[in-house]
Amino acid sequence: MFASLFRWRAAAALISLLTLIPLAVIAQGALQPDVDVWRHLAEHALPELWRNTAILLLGVGGGVLLLGVPLAWLTAVHDFPGRRLFAWALMLPLAMPAYVMAFAQLGLFEFTGPLQTALREAFGDSSWVPDIRSAAGVVTVLSLAFYPYVYLLARDAFSSMGRRALEVGQSLGLSPLAGFFRVALPMARPWIIAGLSLALMETLADFGAVAIFNYDAFTSAIYKAWFSLFSLPAAKQLASLLVLLVLALLWLEQRARGARGYGEAGRAAPLPRVKLSGAGAWLACAFCALVLSLAFILPFGLVLVWAAEQAASDLADLLEPLRSSLLLAALAAALVPSLAMALAFAGRRDPGSRLWTRLATLGYAVPGTVLAVGVFVPVAALDNWLLAHAAGWLPAGATAVFKGSLLVMLLAYCSRFLAVGHSAVDAAMQRIGRSQEEAAQSLGVSGWRLAWRLHLPLLRGGMATAMLMVFIDVMKEMPITLMTRPFGWDTLAVRIFNLTTEGEWQRAALPSAAIVLAGLLPVLLLSRRKTGA
Amino acid sequence: MKQQLMFAAALSALAGMAQAEEVVVYSARAEQLVKPLIDTYKKETGVTVKLVSDKEGPLMERMRAEGANSPADLLLTVDAGNLWQAEKLGLLRAVKSPTLDANIPAHLRDPNHQWYGLSIRARTLFYNTQKVKPGQLSSYADLADPKWKGKLCLRTSKKVYNQSLVAMMLADMGPAKTEQVVKGWVGNLATAVFPDDTKMLEAIAAGQCEVGIANTYYYGRLMEKSPKLPLGIFWADQAGKGTHVNISGAGVARYAKNEKGAVKFLEWLSSEKAQNLFADVNMEFPVNPKVKPDAKVAAWGDFKHNYINVSNAGARQAEAVKLMDRMGYK
Repeated sequence: MFASLFRWRAAAALISLLTLIPLAVIAQGALQPDVDVWRHLAEHALPELWRNTAILLLGVGGGVLLLGVPLAWLTAVHDFPGRRLFAWALMLPLAMPAYVMAFAQLGLFEFTGPLQTALREAFGDSSWVPDIRSAAGVVTVLSLAFYPYVYLLARDAFSSMGRRALEVGQSLGLSPLAGFFRVALPMARPWIIAGLSLALMETLADFGAVAIFNYDAFTSAIYKAWFSLFSLPAAKQLASLLVLLVLALLWLEQRARGARGYGEAGRAAPLPRVKLSGAGAWLACAFCALVLSLAFILPFGLVLVWAAEQAASDLADLLEPLRSSLLLAALAAALVPSLAMALAFAGRRDPGSRLWTRLATLGYAVPGTVLAVGVFVPVAALDNWLLAHAAGWLPAGATAVFKGSLLVMLLAYCSRFLAVGHSAVDAAMQRIGRSQEEAAQSLGVSGWRLAWRLHLPLLRGGMATAMLMVFIDVMKEMPITLMTRPFGWDTLAVRIFNLTTEGEWQRAALPSAAIVLAGLLPVLLLSRRKTGA
Repeated sequence: MKQQLMFAAALSALAGMAQAEEVVVYSARAEQLVKPLIDTYKKETGVTVKLVSDKEGPLMERMRAEGANSPADLLLTVDAGNLWQAEKLGLLRAVKSPTLDANIPAHLRDPNHQWYGLSIRARTLFYNTQKVKPGQLSSYADLADPKWKGKLCLRTSKKVYNQSLVAMMLADMGPAKTEQVVKGWVGNLATAVFPDDTKMLEAIAAGQCEVGIANTYYYGRLMEKSPKLPLGIFWADQAGKGTHVNISGAGVARYAKNEKGAVKFLEWLSSEKAQNLFADVNMEFPVNPKVKPDAKVAAWGDFKHNYINVSNAGARQAEAVKLMDRMGYK
């Protein structure tokens, strides 16, 4: 018993090394402070940085909850015109990288965009339109980009128990609204919080969108310290500060979740949805339609229009990067959820391993470029060591062993996206009741057979969610891909990078459209699973 | 197919061998701008040039981490500030090449022979032709005058082009005056600063503001696409030190495996033939004085360059960034 406990914890610790080593590289740099640069940052950047980061976290946190939870509640337990369509379509923004969303929204709504141009042509003035390039603009755009994480997970919770909760509430004499707030919402809390923490970690790690809005967040300060003030130590210090912030967030999440166990309230025949009628039905429909238009139809429409203008000249060049992107995403989608499942099992068997899991999932909140350096430096060091000490075993003239191999790339993706995989798998794991395990054990099923016959079938849904989410995330990923890819290994994100470094957003629309389209299939699969359609 | 692909990639990476006639370039320039050159070079000489693109920061960090085992032969990037930084980090080596010295004027290359400019990029003033007469414009510093209040657009101070511009102003007129100018700019802004030059030029054309500072090739590209935009170009500081010019350039990597090949490629890039291509692809100006700029570029007229050595941009860049921070230029 003790030995097996130890094995689980060791496995979790081993997996967490994937993230801990890059983080250690970052932290080690923070130990050699660049006093001059640091003093300047502390005086002229940090106060605003904290304020901006707080605005971003509170704003996007509030935004994704205000969008994600009501949408999930509406589509999971109610019926109204268009519900079946909205139920899956509201996940579509997941397929769009935040940096693409940001430039498309700016393209639509800023001074030179079609909306304001039309207004000026009609009324001669558009200065009354609120400026999208503002804190409120960034918060709105990031909320539109990241609400699907909350929507996805909350929907999952509501559709498995929401209607039942509503029924319980009604039998106790609660109004539907009171039933939502007093029964359904508390029961769905772990899922909502899991979605919220993913959205917040994405927000903290985002560089592309805040750069396009020129909004000074932590990532921009890290870049400034590194690229403009030429101080990687100061950049690493800022990154370490960011990691501390994430740790604090995760601690809060843990506390909010409490030590409660969440089982399913029995699996009865599916209840009929609550039918909305009259104004309520149309209001629900209008709300869903508004969010869907702003978060997907309008921005993607603009991307498609721009892409169509470039298609004639650039389409042929798209095939190879598309293939690379799909291959990488597929490989990562196989690897990451497997590791996530190992972590979830470890957490089940040995609560002491949960600390390691916390650490293993930190990579999601570290800005990709910093994480990429954290991955590359130790790999290069290992290579240099091997080349110095084991040269006889290697082909003559070798300059690399692991560096620039797909393996390193995939491991780097693991440290970045374990959080995504883990939150999906672990949410499913938490729904497996202790009583189910005990029942199985009383029938003499234990050890690996228990895992095989009880856990695996029940985890299949969570695993599928994890695979699809990781697939989509890897399609969108940019900095790690740039840093660790083998020679000539182009992906769609790399293509976008090359075009946008010269500000050619319109030409970048074609690979952007390809990313979104390639992400649509997994999103559809995901929504099919979730809506049971 | 996929398996083959993976296998091939894994194998080539595991071996990582430098072939005899191959030059590895770490490039922070957009691939579509470098590709035509590489293709031409291959056709002429049979030499394969392999490209690794990333942002300059990660690329340099990568070279550092790889140390003596770095496969990089050449580092290609924009802005003297970046090249200066690469030299400071010890990533480059000095090369003696009479060809390079002959083709590239002294103020556009490193005094220590570690890096060379390959194209000139001018950063100057642009204005809305319906609202501003060229006669109202003069210098970068003039844009700080209260007469431009609420009429100025700028790109973010995070972009190295503005950092280098301010660094050169520091070198030319000292910290006190530069501080005053930057502060004036910030006070004159019509709207929040822009993420890129193109967006900013579009805002000037749409009338959100009236004047701004941008690199000329963005203007060239934009006008090629929408020739009717009411946008004019104005060469700044012609009565003073001259228009601020920076470079894109390259240096041979300290641990280059194929130094000869890297130097040869670099020399070729400075040759008349490549210079035409190099500058034309992105509507920049050639560094080689024997080469005329592209007709579209020449049509903007001759102008006086600020001939201060571009390495100043690097040496004073951090100082410039801090100054802009203090003055609230985001």
